[in-house]
Amino acid sequence: MPWLSALFLLLLLPGLYGGLVLAPPDYQQGESYRIIFIHVPAAWMSLFIYVVMAFCGVVIVVWRMKLAEIVLISSAPIGASFTFLALATGSLWGKPMWGTWWVWDARLTSELILLFLYLGVIGLHGAIEDKRVASRAVAILAIVGVVNIPIIHYSVEWWNSLHQGPTVTKFDKPSIHWSMLLPLLLMALAFQVYYVVALFQRCRGELLLRERNNKWVQELNGE
Amino acid sequence: MKRLSLSQAFIYLLRRDLTLAVRNRAEFANPILFFVLVITLFPLAIGAVPELLARIAPGIIWVAALLAAMLSLDSIFRSDFDDGSLEQLLMSAHPMPVLVLAKVCAHWLVTGVPLLLISPVLAEMLGMPAAAQGTLFLTILIGTPILSLVGAIGVALTVGLPKGGIILSLLVLPLYVPVLIFASSAIEAAAGGLDVSAQIYMLLAFLFVSISLSPLATAAALRMSMS
Amino acid sequence: MLLVEGSNGSGKTSLLRILTGLKLADEGDVYWRGQSIARLAAEYYEQVSYVGHHDGVKRELSCLENLRLVQAMGKPTELDLDTALDRVNLYRYGDSLVASLSAGQKRRLALARLLVVESVLWILDEPFTSLDKSSMGYFESLFDQHLQQQGVVIMTSHHDIPMAGADVQRLNLSA
Repeated sequence: MPWLSALFLLLLLPGLYGGLVLAPPDYQQGESYRIIFIHVPAAWMSLFIYVVMAFCGVVIVVWRMKLAEIVLISSAPIGASFTFLALATGSLWGKPMWGTWWVWDARLTSELILLFLYLGVIGLHGAIEDKRVASRAVAILAIVGVVNIPIIHYSVEWWNSLHQGPTVTKFDKPSIHWSMLLPLLLMALAFQVYYVVALFQRCRGELLLRERNNKWVQELNGE
Repeated sequence: MKRLSLSQAFIYLLRRDLTLAVRNRAEFANPILFFVLVITLFPLAIGAVPELLARIAPGIIWVAALLAAMLSLDSIFRSDFDDGSLEQLLMSAHPMPVLVLAKVCAHWLVTGVPLLLISPVLAEMLGMPAAAQGTLFLTILIGTPILSLVGAIGVALTVGLPKGGIILSLLVLPLYVPVLIFASSAIEAAAGGLDVSAQIYMLLAFLFVSISLSPLATAAALRMSMS
Repeated sequence: MLLVEGSNGSGKTSLLRILTGLKLADEGDVYWRGQSIARLAAEYYEQVSYVGHHDGVKRELSCLENLRLVQAMGKPTELDLDTALDRVNLYRYGDSLVASLSAGQKRRLALARLLVVESVLWILDEPFTSLDKSSMGYFESLFDQHLQQQGVVIMTSHHDIPMAGADVQRLNLSA
């Protein structure tokens, strides 16, 4: 664990430095665009984690592996946090740009709906008492959700194009200068490592919680 | 004697649910009343400005339809869950997804069709141009079955929970968003005289995907809720 | 016949529900005639009838309508529905809504499904709840008859079941 945390810092610091200092100021948005170095990787993570959860969901439904159940429910809060981070940074970006704290652009709206999907998973899992049943429920929910994410995303983009909202997605341009791309990728990797670190911690906690009636946990506890 | 064929069982269950709905009339009137009430609230809240109302009418009607659909969803499985009929259905020799489809079909006939029939009246009250009303009807015709089908998944996941209704909204509304987007945009486009085939095709696609996939998810969720 | 016994909370109902496939066991599988019931699915269900704590009848339907539904979902027997109702003493209530029946009558209707559907395995959780002595007697002889015809009955009951001449195994979960 400690070396993973070190790896995280190792990736995070150059990523931040590269993004915040080295990369040239964008010709249109000046300095304030730099928030995308957090916003974009966070958004990528929010999607990635949901896909991981859906994958766990399939494993749970087909093979009923306990490990998959633990990974799924531990990932959910992390994914929700990344989604929230993406939304918050997106909002922070919007303020100096368009003077409002929120814009109904395609990406942000999709992220908002994704947040609801995460909250649904967390809420459903919390509401069902028998945790093995709860895991199967959220497994189904995660699978249904992941199928819907592209549909929702496409629908929202289409909706957005109709109403001509301002776009936050500058990176649909065909070429990105590598001095921006590199810190971006570094940040993405850093977030990935963070996910693994946080996941391990949560999984440990979840495993202890589930197996608390088993002997090996009680032995650990010194009983 | 031989057991019934699958289609016979389907029709049988469909008729049973329709019979139950007829005998429980009060319970099934609620969603429709809610639909009308919600729509009535908007002019009260925004002011009876005709151009404004006409402009947002598609959105109002569809949001109200979503909310009314969600209100009605609970009735699909709750009664069967409470009296043990659901477990008997799960133990039948017929495949559960087909039985689920029969129940959802009944649900749509009882909750979606009334919505469909009253929507022209409400559209007129909100001042929606005649050109758009046909599209409104079409979107509700295609859209409400999707609401029932997809909503059934959510109900199946939460039927065993005491306060299931609240979580149900959280689960189901994100899934309804695509239908909402395409339906209301279709009506708006029609009001402007534009072509709506793209939106209608998308809705039809959603419908076909829902009919084929959602009973499977619902059946799996029901089985899991019962354990 | 397998009689599952045990004190309250020992898991009798759970065990029965696991055997019906309604509940998934934490570990292990259920096998019927050598094959896992998860694999058999419809084939297994065609041979099983289950009466649990709930009666599994709709109160807004009449007795006959309920039984017709039971038949629609399984493999019907040759027995005429009115005769079936007569056997459980509900003949007069054929067209009455279940909502108007007493608890004991509802239970008899719930058990009547055993008469109208052909099944080899009967899984019954406290079938005698709310039943009076003479009804209990009728059903005991029904179970006997079923066993004579190579049927299987797995049940729990806190009543004493005098099953004379039957091959009764007991499983005590409290032990």
